[in-house]
Amino acid sequence: MMYGELGASRTRRTVTGAARVLRALRLDGMLLSALVGVTLFGLFVLYSAAGDNTALWFSQLARVGIGFALLIALSLVPDHFLRMLSPAVYVLGLVLLILVAVAGDIGKGAQRWLDLGVVRFQPSEIMKLAVPMMCAWYLYQRPLPPSVRDIAVILIVVILPVALIAEQPDLGTALLVTTAGLIVLVMGGLSPVYLLGGVVIAGAAAPVIWHFLHDYQRQRVLTLLDPQSDALGAGYHIIQSQIAIGSGGVFGKGWTNGSQAQLEFLPERSTDFIFAVIGEELGLLGLFALLAGYLFIVGRGLYMAMQCRDAFARLLAGSIALTFFVYTFVNAGMVMGLLPVVGVPLPLVSYGGTSFVTLMAGFGILMSLHSSRKLVG
Amino acid sequence: MKRVRIKDEALERRMFLERTLFAAGTVAILALLLSGRAFWLQVAQHAHYLELSQSNRARIEPLPANRGVIYDRAGRVIAENTPAYQLELVREEAGDLDVTLARLARFGLLEPDDIGRVRQLVLSRRSFEAVPILLQLDDEEIARYAVHRHELPGVFLETRMARHYPYGTVGAHALGYVGAISEEDLSRIDRERYFGTGVIGKTGVERAYEQELLGVGGYREVLVNAEGRPVNLLDDDAAQLRSRDPQAGRELRLTIDIELQRVAEEAMAGRRGAVVAIDPSSGDVLVFASLPSFDPNGFARGISRSEYVALTDNPDQPLFNRVLRGTYPPGSTIKPLMALAGLEYEVVQPSDTVYCPGHYSLPGSRHRFRDWKREGHGTVDMEGAVMQSCDVYFYRLANTLGIERIHDAMKRIGFGEPTGIDIGGERGGIMPSRQWKKSAFATREQQVWFPGETVIIGIGQGYWTATILQLAKATALLATRGRHFRPRLVRALVDPATGKVEERPPQPLPPVELNYRENWEIIVNAMVAVTSGPRGTALRASRGAAYSIAGKTGTAQVFSVGQTERYNEKEVAERLRDHALFIAFAPADKPALAIAVLVENGGAGSAVAAPIARAVFDAYLVKAPP
Repeated sequence: MMYGELGASRTRRTVTGAARVLRALRLDGMLLSALVGVTLFGLFVLYSAAGDNTALWFSQLARVGIGFALLIALSLVPDHFLRMLSPAVYVLGLVLLILVAVAGDIGKGAQRWLDLGVVRFQPSEIMKLAVPMMCAWYLYQRPLPPSVRDIAVILIVVILPVALIAEQPDLGTALLVTTAGLIVLVMGGLSPVYLLGGVVIAGAAAPVIWHFLHDYQRQRVLTLLDPQSDALGAGYHIIQSQIAIGSGGVFGKGWTNGSQAQLEFLPERSTDFIFAVIGEELGLLGLFALLAGYLFIVGRGLYMAMQCRDAFARLLAGSIALTFFVYTFVNAGMVMGLLPVVGVPLPLVSYGGTSFVTLMAGFGILMSLHSSRKLVG
Repeated sequence: MKRVRIKDEALERRMFLERTLFAAGTVAILALLLSGRAFWLQVAQHAHYLELSQSNRARIEPLPANRGVIYDRAGRVIAENTPAYQLELVREEAGDLDVTLARLARFGLLEPDDIGRVRQLVLSRRSFEAVPILLQLDDEEIARYAVHRHELPGVFLETRMARHYPYGTVGAHALGYVGAISEEDLSRIDRERYFGTGVIGKTGVERAYEQELLGVGGYREVLVNAEGRPVNLLDDDAAQLRSRDPQAGRELRLTIDIELQRVAEEAMAGRRGAVVAIDPSSGDVLVFASLPSFDPNGFARGISRSEYVALTDNPDQPLFNRVLRGTYPPGSTIKPLMALAGLEYEVVQPSDTVYCPGHYSLPGSRHRFRDWKREGHGTVDMEGAVMQSCDVYFYRLANTLGIERIHDAMKRIGFGEPTGIDIGGERGGIMPSRQWKKSAFATREQQVWFPGETVIIGIGQGYWTATILQLAKATALLATRGRHFRPRLVRALVDPATGKVEERPPQPLPPVELNYRENWEIIVNAMVAVTSGPRGTALRASRGAAYSIAGKTGTAQVFSVGQTERYNEKEVAERLRDHALFIAFAPADKPALAIAVLVENGGAGSAVAAPIARAVFDAYLVKAPP
């Protein structure tokens, strides 16, 4: 350990003041820079997408502040603390979801919101972090790769909240929560046989799932296959967003000059479809720049996960990084017409309630997990 | 033996590394998929999507052309385009449409009868479109709107160019009017040309010269948002939007003298009838009066149902164009022409005399054709017969000529067919003949021409009907001794952009050549005697004129009086009284104006119709330089 301390002290002499602050706050400079960069890019685009609605932009700015504050706060929490809290957070989230199902407000035709008097928030957001935490917590105590029993437990842990969320109905979040949980399982060493088997079972179960989907959800899937079949109805979103992106070309029409976005042909332009605004106004170059930013964040996240000191930290950190990419892929795929329209926001860019804050909380946890390794080292 | 598994940190770490690499690979593949899709949309399909977005955002907005201004012969504006205030309603901002319309009615900005029609109109447009609901507001209406504005959400006061007729009712039947394009109009017009234009010429010059007045509409592309609402966001793109300036319609210069028209209409005030004044040297129609008249501004403003019903239900029929479509028995006004026919066919000499006992009977018949003067005119020659309007002389002459020769002579002068004036809707009247009767009646008994029917043709009664326009044109023909023209209301067209004037030359008709030219003078002299001879029927009306007038009175029977009855004007209901007629040209030696006047149920032509012609002559020949 002497060597480590010496190394550390030698390093301490050469780092700048800013690095010292980062270190004291247990933050990862590279990841934080990338997050700040993408967030600023998002605010820049949102300013254009919001149009005359500057109040919207300032409201997002406030959320950005809250998000980064939460990131810093969570990064200071020691990892074993997070690990111990995992079951409690999971149970709390489940209770809140049940409360929503029983007494939740109706918002946008779906029961997602819980009114706490002061703030309204979506308990399903908690589950985006609580489920992978719970899964990682469980697998941390088991020898890996997971046994059949472990897999069954994990599936139950995942299915309980997902069923409640899907019932709200909020297919997008249900999908993300499932993914977050399953990623933990896969990263934990799930046998490729089971992985393939799962895919086959999912394929076989598709007709059954189809049966349980709401009409509008089925419509979204059908529309993806043939947008023109309902050009003014369900297909409108997909057609208009592809026109926006396609007409942007390589260099785009210029910031705040996208006719599709500014003239309101593009629906949900500041929320779920903001990716199309980037494509139209900033072109292929804008999209590539954003994708590069996202890939850097995912890559850095995975790298940090590998350095974590125990299974809980590795699995949770890996899940957070990969779930972030799933967000990106589902949203961009939907906007570009590769996936059905599911209500998944573009991470760090879309205007919207709790999404940004939850993401930042996730990265705060990731940084905490990463920096905790040195305490044991 | 059950194998007990324990956690192996090194194994787990290595496994995690493997899985991370696998995940990174998956991420890379999916990221490539996204990039590829973006490349496909933005590079490969760029042109396609660019065009789609262009057609999304631009909408063509019409720029209506200014309708051609109309001037009278002295250059006075008689139809113009003025900025007018109009009320427009935007449905989506109006809240409850029915409540808003009911309020408009309560504030006197909409007639209760029109609510249904306006409601239909508003609902037929898109919810954000401004629909004109009341055109050309007057000051009081604007004030009422201003007071109640806060109670009328979605109702706005806007300005636009609207047709205005500064002389109002004066000359309305010649000028016609514009009105909202109807379903019927839509079926006969090229809709493209009316893009952005809400009105079309309905009658008169406004209709006949519609193509010239209309102009060519322009357009401009405007940026619209997804709901079709115009926006003004992208200044950089303004240059890429196409536009075309509208070309104003051509201006018209009419032959009408609007002040002379006013004189005629004022002289006719309170009566029903028609006045036409023609310049014999060109066929220019200076006065084209049909009374009662109406205010064409009402139509241009968008006439309300109750206003329209008031016009159509009026027993005096102000919308009826008496000049063009009113056919009347010409009465004694055709006696000079009858005399001319007699001279030309050489069945009578000017000096031949006839004894008038106050009635005439065909040989072998006891039926008496009565003279208007019960005691008779005594012995009259041709001039005396025209001067005193002796019926017996012309009964006899007609019988001698026979219906076929009368028909042929009058046909040459233009009776029985439209004059061909340059506005539509003209009727030709009837110049009867044996042939005509055969085609006009169904049964054999009715088709037979009776000699008695020829007799009354001699005084312009019976089957003979004519329009006042025909009478005026025939009078002009007498004035020029046989030269005549197609009557016209438009004499020049002007392109407002270049100022280029296209004169329309007078259109001469084949002249009426007499075998004996001096016969013209005999007839004209007899007509001068009507206004100046000792027993001339128009003597009183011509007294004190600074010029000589050649005229002829007429009193056309509307209601037949029995053989033994006496016609008593006072006892006959007003509507059954005789029509008063007068034709004249002046100065007799150098004719400048030919006039025909009809006063429906006016009684005697000498007392009622002649003074009206006199007023027009005075205004034209004395007060204004001829």
